Amino acid sequence: MAKEAAVPLTRQTSSSNEEKPGLPSVGNIAVKCPKCKEILYSRDWEKNLKVCSRCNHHFRLTAYERIELLADPGSFHELDADIISVDPLQFTTFPPAHADQRNYGEKLAAERKKTGMNEAVVIGHSTVESKPLAMAVMDFHFMGGSMGSAVGEKITRAIELGIERNIPVLIASTSGGARMQEGLFSLMQMAKTSAALAKLGEKKLPYISLLTDPTTGGVSASFAMLGDITLAEPGALVCFTGPRVIEQFMHIKLPEGTVNSEFGLQHGMIDAVVHRRDLRSTLGRILRLYA
Amino acid sequence: MAYDLEFEKPLAELEKKISTLQRKGDRLKAEELVQLQEAERDLRHKTEEIYKNLTTWQTVSVARHKDRPYAADYIRLMCNDFFELHGDRSFGDDHAIMAGPATIDGQTVMLVCHQKGRDMKEKQFRNLGMPHPEGYRKAHRLMKQAEKFNMPIVTLIDASGASPGLVDEERGQAEAIAATLYLMPRLKVPIISTIIGEGGSGGALAIGVADRVLMFEHSIYMVAAPEAAASIMWRDSAHASHAATAMRISARELLPLGLIDEILPEPLGGAHRNYNQMAITLKDALKRQLAEIGKLSVEELLEQRYQKFRNMGKYGTLTEQNLATAQA
Repeated sequence: MAKEAAVPLTRQTSSSNEEKPGLPSVGNIAVKCPKCKEILYSRDWEKNLKVCSRCNHHFRLTAYERIELLADPGSFHELDADIISVDPLQFTTFPPAHADQRNYGEKLAAERKKTGMNEAVVIGHSTVESKPLAMAVMDFHFMGGSMGSAVGEKITRAIELGIERNIPVLIASTSGGARMQEGLFSLMQMAKTSAALAKLGEKKLPYISLLTDPTTGGVSASFAMLGDITLAEPGALVCFTGPRVIEQFMHIKLPEGTVNSEFGLQHGMIDAVVHRRDLRSTLGRILRLYA
Repeated sequence: MAYDLEFEKPLAELEKKISTLQRKGDRLKAEELVQLQEAERDLRHKTEEIYKNLTTWQTVSVARHKDRPYAADYIRLMCNDFFELHGDRSFGDDHAIMAGPATIDGQTVMLVCHQKGRDMKEKQFRNLGMPHPEGYRKAHRLMKQAEKFNMPIVTLIDASGASPGLVDEERGQAEAIAATLYLMPRLKVPIISTIIGEGGSGGALAIGVADRVLMFEHSIYMVAAPEAAASIMWRDSAHASHAATAMRISARELLPLGLIDEILPEPLGGAHRNYNQMAITLKDALKRQLAEIGKLSVEELLEQRYQKFRNMGKYGTLTEQNLATAQA
């Protein structure tokens, strides 16, 4: 079993969001909502859990921010934080004229530096409203939350932790899909994580899947859509094929937000769309109901 | 059958020479007969040489060859009986997945296959071999049925991916694929999957979680079609050949990585040059593999299948040392 350590939750305090990718900031004191273009004061915005007070747009969170949001304060213990990706294919072929000529190893190093994380998922255990839970929380800021061998391994270990300790499992997904740079290895993570969930299911342990913006491709077509209970944040892009590809394939223009959480709810793919401020209490209710 | 791929140009020239000489028939002079025999030998040697050294991108064009045999061709050539079953019992019937019980030399198996279309009309009918969610749900239904009646499952994979339309999202493409990935690891019957042409993304893996994964020599298996991968990585699908090369999608590159179990050799010049020979190779391999995994108990079978996929993936652990080198 891997080293276990209480994580210093310094990375969660979101006082410094300069340079943070994906967060359009106006200096340090305000951010602009990408959806309704409203200028929001940073302090109010953070107090509102990074949700736009005008249009309800849920900004993307980092994995540690989400853990702070969901887990009881101080209850989260991170596991296997030292697992990193390697370059199994020696991925060094590039289109000659392409601007970005960094190989996969260099790209990974840059992502680690940029995010201060080792991979696109954080796993461990915690309590939610005093109920123990194994969790895996993905982070879109690390290479688009893409799933390669390391992400697949960590998710699988989080599921196995649930089996080992006889506790429910929560996976909060946010991912562009499988990581191309690891080729077929990435595809096989879909089989690996789903097989682990099948084992969890045989033990009759509940699995809660939380879909956050965006959950697409190989992640949606494996563990993200296998929840006994599937929740989603409002307005999250949730689909197998992204809108850009659907448009190309069908030669049509999709209206904004066609394939999102609400669409999934309407078509019977999601159990509930839950506002960010209600997530912890909702999880608590579910855990009590399924205990 | 003409040599019509770009890298087959030298072969096409030889073939032209041969057919010119052959047309003379009885009027062939002695020295021309020698020329003919030489040309035929040259053609054979050159084909061997070219096909032994195919680049990954050339392999893609063979795997997608318009005359390449599809699942229905193999079923016709290798099964004594095949009774196709239709429908997912909740929405409709998908034509990109063809499935039902069949006999291979007296043994009944459940076949679940992708089926592409040959001409324009059939291509449209079969949605270019890209299954809709109801296709995966049909596969799910019949794989469960196979377990019920204790039939081994044989899948033939040949799809560039799952169908990427809006209707597919409406009917839950992601859930349909995920459901088979959840089902297959725990099915109490042997499963053998063979990639006969293209194995692309979740749309292929959805019927590929098997005890044995076989690949035809010139087939490809990949996380996403090269065009899609190039578009994801480099925002331009025109770089597909680079993506194909970098992702190592050919059978001979995947075998040493431990991602597949066996390569089935193709007839000289590709499966499309000899349907019969390819069907015999496939049938023999299926019978041999079925006999082998048939010896395992259900517990052994499930444990081995679980471990096979559990162990797929390469990752490292962060020590201060390798962090330093990684960041250097």
